[in-house]
Amino acid sequence: MYLIEYEGKQLFVKYGIKIPDSMIISRDEYVDPPKPSLNYPLVVKGQYPYGGRGKSGAVKIANNYEEYIEAINSIAHISVGGVKPRYILIEEFVPHEKEYYLSIIMSRKDKKPVILVSKYGGIDVEELAGKPGSLMSLEIDPLIGYSDYHAKMVSKFLLNRLDKELMDMVRRLYRLFIENDVLLVEINPLSINESPIALDSKVMLDDNAYYRHDYTQYIEYSMLASKGEQIARKHGFSFVPLDGDIGVIGNGAGLVMATVDLVNYYGGSPACFLDVGGGASSERIQRAIEVIANELNIRSLLINIFAGITRCDEVARGIVQAKKLLEEMGIKVVVRLVGTNEDLGASILRDAGFKVYKEMDVAAMEAIKNEG
Amino acid sequence: MRDDIPGLLPKNLRLLVQGITGKEGSFHTKMMLDYGTNIVAGVTPGKGGSYIHGVPVYDTIAEAVEESEANSSIIFVPARFAYDAAMEAIYNRLSPIVIITEGIPAHDTVKLVNAAAKYNVRVIGPNTPGLIFPNKYKIGILPDRYFDEGAVAVVSRSGTLTYEISMSMVNRGFGQRIVIGCGGDYIIGTNFIDILEILRRDLETKAIVVIGEIGGDDEERLADYIMHTNYPKPVVAYVAGRSAPPGKRMGHAGAIISGGMGSAESKINKFKEAGVRIAYRPSEVVEKLMEVI
Repeated sequence: MYLIEYEGKQLFVKYGIKIPDSMIISRDEYVDPPKPSLNYPLVVKGQYPYGGRGKSGAVKIANNYEEYIEAINSIAHISVGGVKPRYILIEEFVPHEKEYYLSIIMSRKDKKPVILVSKYGGIDVEELAGKPGSLMSLEIDPLIGYSDYHAKMVSKFLLNRLDKELMDMVRRLYRLFIENDVLLVEINPLSINESPIALDSKVMLDDNAYYRHDYTQYIEYSMLASKGEQIARKHGFSFVPLDGDIGVIGNGAGLVMATVDLVNYYGGSPACFLDVGGGASSERIQRAIEVIANELNIRSLLINIFAGITRCDEVARGIVQAKKLLEEMGIKVVVRLVGTNEDLGASILRDAGFKVYKEMDVAAMEAIKNEG
Repeated sequence: MRDDIPGLLPKNLRLLVQGITGKEGSFHTKMMLDYGTNIVAGVTPGKGGSYIHGVPVYDTIAEAVEESEANSSIIFVPARFAYDAAMEAIYNRLSPIVIITEGIPAHDTVKLVNAAAKYNVRVIGPNTPGLIFPNKYKIGILPDRYFDEGAVAVVSRSGTLTYEISMSMVNRGFGQRIVIGCGGDYIIGTNFIDILEILRRDLETKAIVVIGEIGGDDEERLADYIMHTNYPKPVVAYVAGRSAPPGKRMGHAGAIISGGMGSAESKINKFKEAGVRIAYRPSEVVEKLMEVI
C-alpha cells in the first residue's frame, strides 16, 4: 500500500527526518480555508493516492493570501487518477538551488534492501537509470544490516564531503525502512541547502506486515478504501474495482487476472477483479456475489472456478443462495466450473436455471453477449 | 528416463513436513503420500511423539533429521511463524525448502532467502503451490489429476492458472516433465531464470511453458537470459494481468505495477524480442506448443 505524501511525511517526522513547515487542509475546509500561519511563498499540493499530480497542475506556488485561496479553489477540482483530493498540503517554500534523490527499496531483483542516490532529483528514478553515472546504488546485506559506511558513501557521492546531517538522515531513513516493514521509501526531491529537507515523500508499506504494526496511528486516508474494498477486505477477498460492466469472480489471483484479461480480449469490459481464494465455502461465494452486486453497477457476472481444494458443489450452492438477489438486480450470471465435484456442482446450478460451462473462453464470450 | 533433476529434485527424496498437524499440513500430507511422495517426518513444536497418517511428528527439525534422515522440507506453518520455520530448515541444511505459506512479510523473506543462499539451500516460494514431478511425486498442493508425465516443463508464478493450463495441455496430449510454482510473493527464493538454467541441461525437457504475471521484472530478465544465452529449448509464455490498473495489488503480493514497472506489455514485448512464443489466452498455450513440438 502506498501512503499519500503527507502521511509519508508524518512518518518522516516521527523518525526525525526534516520536512518543510506545513499545515494540512481537509476537504470540508476548501470553501473557507484557514489563514496560514506560515511564511510566503507557499507550495500548495493536492494529496492523491496516485502519481502524476504535477502534470495535472495540482501543485501550485502562492506568493500571498489571494494566490493561496486561488490555488486551493483550483486544486480542489483537479482529479488525478479519477479522484479529487481529500486533503491539500500547504508548505513553506524551501529555497534550493539543486534537487537530489534518495531512496531505500526492497529490491525484488537483488533480494536485498538497496539505497539509491542521485545528484539529479525531481525526476523519475526510471529516467535517472537511463543517465549513466547519475545514480549510485548501495546494497545492504540483510543478514548484516546497515553500517555507517553506507551513509558516508551517500554523502561523498552527493556532496563530495562528509555531511553530518545528511549522514544522520540516511541512518534515520534506514531505521524507518526496517522498523515499519517498508518496501519503498523515497525522498524526491531532497533539498540540501543548509540542512537536508524532504520536499516530497513516497512510502510503500508491505500489506503482509499489517499484523505487526499499528499503522493506523498516523495513517488514515491511505487506509481508506472504497466501501466495496472495505467489505472485501473484511471478508478476506482480494478485490480491485475496474470501470466496466462485467463482474469477474474466480479462485486464485492468476486465474482471475487471466479471466479479466479474457473478457477484455473478447471485447468486453470487466468491472472488477475478485479472488475468493482457495477452498471457498458456499457462504463465501454468496458473500462475494453480494459485494459485487451491491457495490458495482454490472449487467453480467462471470464466475470462473478451477477447483483443486475448492469444491464445485460448495460454489454452486453459494451461487444458488444468491439467485434471488441476482434476479432482482437483473444481472446475468455465467458460470464456468472445472475440478473437484464438477458434475455435482453443474447439476445443482442447472437445476436452479443457471448456465454452466466447461471452457473459460466460451464462458467469457457468453458473459459479454448482450442478450440474456 | 532420469527420475531426478539435479539442483532441483533429488533422486532419493526424503521429505519433512513443517506444520504437519495443522489443517492444511495434515490434509496435504495425505494427498502427497497418496501420490507417492516419500514423507519421512513431520515437525510441529509441542506435538512431538504423535503420528499423522503414519508419519512420525517431532518438536524440532534436528530430532526429525536424526531419526528419519529427512533431506528436504515443505512448510505449511502460518505466516507469522514461517520465518522461524524456514530458518530452522536452513540451519539443518534441508534442500529444497518449499514454502507454501502465503502472507509472509517481505522483510522476513529477504532474510531467509539470503540465509538460504549463504548455506547453499534452495528455497521455492513463498506463496507457491509447490511442484509436481508427474507420476513420481509432488512437493506441494497441486491437484494431481490435471497432470501427466511428459516432455514439457511448466514454470509459473500462480496456482489455479497453472492447473488450468496444465489440464488443457494434458487434454491435448502434452504431458509435463515438471510443473513448478515459483510463488506469487514480492520476494521469492527461486525465479524463472534459476529454473530454466537447471532445465537447460535436463535432456527429458523438450519445451518450456512460462506462466508469468504483472509485477517485478522476472519475465524481462528471463527474456534477456533466453536471448543472450541462446536458450536451446523452445519457450511459450502467457502473461496474466494485461488489463490490471497500475498501483493495485492483484491478489498476489508480487502482482503490482509500480513506478511504471512490471506491466504485462513490457514483459510480452521483451519475450517477443527474445523469440518466445506468446499465448494471449490460457487456451492458446497448447496451440503455441503445437507449433514448436
